[in-house]
Amino acid sequence: MTSAPTKIRFRDPQVEMAHGAGGIASRRLIDGLFAPILFGSNPDPLGDAAHVSIDGTRVAITTDSFVVKPLSFPGGSIGELAVNGTVNDLAVSGAIAQTLVVSYVLEAGLPTDILEAEVRAMADAARRAGVIIAGGDTKVVEHGKCDRMYITTAGIGRVIPGVDISPAKVRCGDKILLSGPIGDHGITILLARGELDLEAELRSDTRSVGPLVEALADALGGAIHWMRDPTRGGVATSLNELARDCGLGILLSEDRIPIRDAVRGACELLGLDPLHIANEGQFLAVVDADYAEAALDALRKTPGGEEAVLIGEVDRQPAGSVLVTTLYGGSRIVDMLVGDPLPRIC
Amino acid sequence: MRYVDEFRGSELITKTADEIRRLADPQRHYRFMEVCGGHTHAIYRFGLKDLLPPNIELVHGPGCPVCVLPMGRIDDGLSMAENPDVIFTAFGDMMRVPGTRGSPLEYKARGMDVRIVYSPSDALKLARANPEKHVMFFAIGFETTAPSTALTLMRAKAAKLHNFSVFCNHVTIIPAIRAILDSPDMRIDAFLGPGHVSTVIGCRPYGWIANKEGKPIVVSGFEPLDILHGIVMLLQQLNANEQKVENQYKRVVPWEGNRAALKAMAEVFELRPYFEWRGLGFISQSALRIRDSYAEWDAEQRFSVPGVRVTDPKAAQCGEVLKGVLKPAQCKLFGKECTPEHPIGALMVSSEGSCAAYYSYEFRKAAMASR
Repeated sequence: MTSAPTKIRFRDPQVEMAHGAGGIASRRLIDGLFAPILFGSNPDPLGDAAHVSIDGTRVAITTDSFVVKPLSFPGGSIGELAVNGTVNDLAVSGAIAQTLVVSYVLEAGLPTDILEAEVRAMADAARRAGVIIAGGDTKVVEHGKCDRMYITTAGIGRVIPGVDISPAKVRCGDKILLSGPIGDHGITILLARGELDLEAELRSDTRSVGPLVEALADALGGAIHWMRDPTRGGVATSLNELARDCGLGILLSEDRIPIRDAVRGACELLGLDPLHIANEGQFLAVVDADYAEAALDALRKTPGGEEAVLIGEVDRQPAGSVLVTTLYGGSRIVDMLVGDPLPRIC
Repeated sequence: MRYVDEFRGSELITKTADEIRRLADPQRHYRFMEVCGGHTHAIYRFGLKDLLPPNIELVHGPGCPVCVLPMGRIDDGLSMAENPDVIFTAFGDMMRVPGTRGSPLEYKARGMDVRIVYSPSDALKLARANPEKHVMFFAIGFETTAPSTALTLMRAKAAKLHNFSVFCNHVTIIPAIRAILDSPDMRIDAFLGPGHVSTVIGCRPYGWIANKEGKPIVVSGFEPLDILHGIVMLLQQLNANEQKVENQYKRVVPWEGNRAALKAMAEVFELRPYFEWRGLGFISQSALRIRDSYAEWDAEQRFSVPGVRVTDPKAAQCGEVLKGVLKPAQCKLFGKECTPEHPIGALMVSSEGSCAAYYSYEFRKAAMASR
């Protein structure tokens, strides 16, 4: 017996680039089409990884696909991103990655040395992150049917005991922490494409945030209310999603958000907002206000967490939105990104 | 960052904001138009309205080149992108601007060769690297970007590079200001003059605004301190009952403008008899076309352009918003049919358009507060 087809709210006639850019359009596609059909009436807000029980054991599972141009860039490459991205999605869901599987889609004509370099990059990144790559699959498509190589990874992780995060746990007064400077990855990629006559001493921040999350979990346990790695769409998009899911307001202080000079300079020049730029090695955490100092302490004592900062807090208003206090006491609403960030010239 | 941070120091900002409050007559309502979209963007981004007393209203002017471009011109430009031998190039600003059948970005997603460039000379480089293709640059902008288009065309001609052309949509700022001042329902007390445009044209062309129309104008930079300082200078003029052209942005704008840039523009461009502005209608001698001596590099002459005219829906009140008669939120479509994701009117199109800026920063803030 087949049930009546599920009603979907997604009305766009075709898939556009914006649906994959991580902003409002992506969210509309997921909430309006994928979620109702695949997850039915499950009302849980969609996190970075799903937590499921197998014979009583709690496991986190997630998957992510990687398409990036150029394949390698200062500070990393697609192979490294593919490992760290999935490890991080598990980490910010409150789990420690254990095992990954990988699928490659390769374009006929891809030089072997590039493939080899990326496979090695994955092995190295897996070793650094302490995960095992347990299996995989390869498909080759005709020349021109994909852009050199796409990588999909899926991972399972052990749920950290005592950590249970959800937008529903976020309360007024909670503090918002950020693990380090933002925008390094997105701006590095933009510059590495070579379309701009701009150069900067900048590297992608790709890394596993697992050790930082573990340190935070050790120190705070249940006082961590929410975490997210602000990848596509940046900090602004992640926090807007949180604001919508918890129905509260997010207040940020612009002067507290760490941004390297090179990133700030490039953003000024191109008319981009650093809050919209992608990161691959940072995460946001919302914690109980009483534990904010302990959280910062724990992060700063962990290698790679030295630049962790408190960037804002949760309040009743503006409900469902992110409000940034500018350096001069003025304020502005920061929205999710619509589509990819585009440079403004004229 | 040098030359940026100095103009964002919060202590100076607070002092300047205090000065504005001291100068503004509480009995009076002030309407200042910031002509340039760059100002509009900075005002919202830095939350500058929160620093002004409530009786100083900033009206957002026509200086957003993307916003004032009629949809028909976008359709015309994109019609060339459908030719498989053509690489369509434009600034990032243009990429999300909708034509009747989608934006350049949507054309790209459908498989057409659409590329973002950061300057017209990048498009020229692309033409050199792809001799089997024709590279068309969709040129937009005021006098700020027109000189670089002109220089690029001069280089293309000198190099006899025949697989390159420009679809010219350059417009000039003075006729747009005139159109606003000529409008019977105009309600502007003074102007913040455009900083970038003035680096090219200088300050002289604004003389008539002060002398004939009796409106103070201060050419201002784009940093928060520049804009607030510009407002101080306008208030000082109004309090002293003066009407002058003043230059707040002296570190960048020479009084006489940039002669080399003006010369390049004169070599390549001539005035069109008239040009349509989205929201303002047809304005005579308000845009540039490519001279016949450069006809070979003029996409409008090389390709058959359909010459599409698309009128905005009657309900969209872009013109009234542009002239400062209505605030963005007072338009019937604002925030309902017309949003940044689905812009109907011109001013919702670019993040520098007053409606889009108002929508993303102010409107939602106001909506939150009233809950």
